[in-house]
Amino acid sequence: MAEKPRIKLPKDAKRGEIIQIKTLVAHIMESGQRRDKDGKIIPRMIINSFLCTFNGTLVFSCGLESAVAANPYLQFSAKVEESGTFRFSWVDDDGTTITAEEKIAVT
Amino acid sequence: MRSLTRRKALILGAVSTTTILAGAPRGVRATPADAATEIAKFTGGKIPQTGRITIELPEIAENGNSVPLSVVVDSPMTPDNYVTDILVTAEGNPWPGVAVFKLTPMSGRAEAATRIRLAASQNIVVVAKTSKGEVLTAQRQVKVTIGGCGG
Repeated sequence: MAEKPRIKLPKDAKRGEIIQIKTLVAHIMESGQRRDKDGKIIPRMIINSFLCTFNGTLVFSCGLESAVAANPYLQFSAKVEESGTFRFSWVDDDGTTITAEEKIAVT
Repeated sequence: MRSLTRRKALILGAVSTTTILAGAPRGVRATPADAATEIAKFTGGKIPQTGRITIELPEIAENGNSVPLSVVVDSPMTPDNYVTDILVTAEGNPWPGVAVFKLTPMSGRAEAATRIRLAASQNIVVVAKTSKGEVLTAQRQVKVTIGGCGG
């Protein structure tokens, strides 16, 4: 997975502010329902879980099924009380993990 | 095969009305009963209360490969009263599960959005659990012009 995940969140925020986080990661999300031209089922290969922590504390996580569209987009919010780092990770069916991080300054 | 347990019988009863509304299941698609089984697993058999959930979905999705979905639950999201889990199911997809969002008091707002695949016009059922043990539900119908499970 060469492409970097795209993450959108504000660079700074006020203490106690609820910010919105948008993430998008490039992934085929092969559903396991499709067949190739020989009629064989193409095995499922999806991002099945996502996790977001802030300064080590879990903020948001989710389990995904094959009904999530290719290049999974996730939007959620977070309440920030201090400056720090958001860490994101996406886990694939074969255990491949994509990670990213973003900093935020809280005043 | 295990015999029909009391819990299953109750669930089947609860969804029979929905089944009639949604029409007979076709081919390999999930049925409202499959979605209900998924929901029952999620709630531990508790019957959800309708309301406090807003589902945003287009009324007509032209391309079932990518349909924007957003869910908002009315909750104070304080450490002692917050939404813990939100389950999204699609009654007319090959597999009823779509996603489970897990929130924390640090989420600030009980909301999540993504883009989903829909095989056909169907009902999207959302169930949310709170830290106080409440189980809430809402559903929304979506019309799909071109199904998104092709191939």
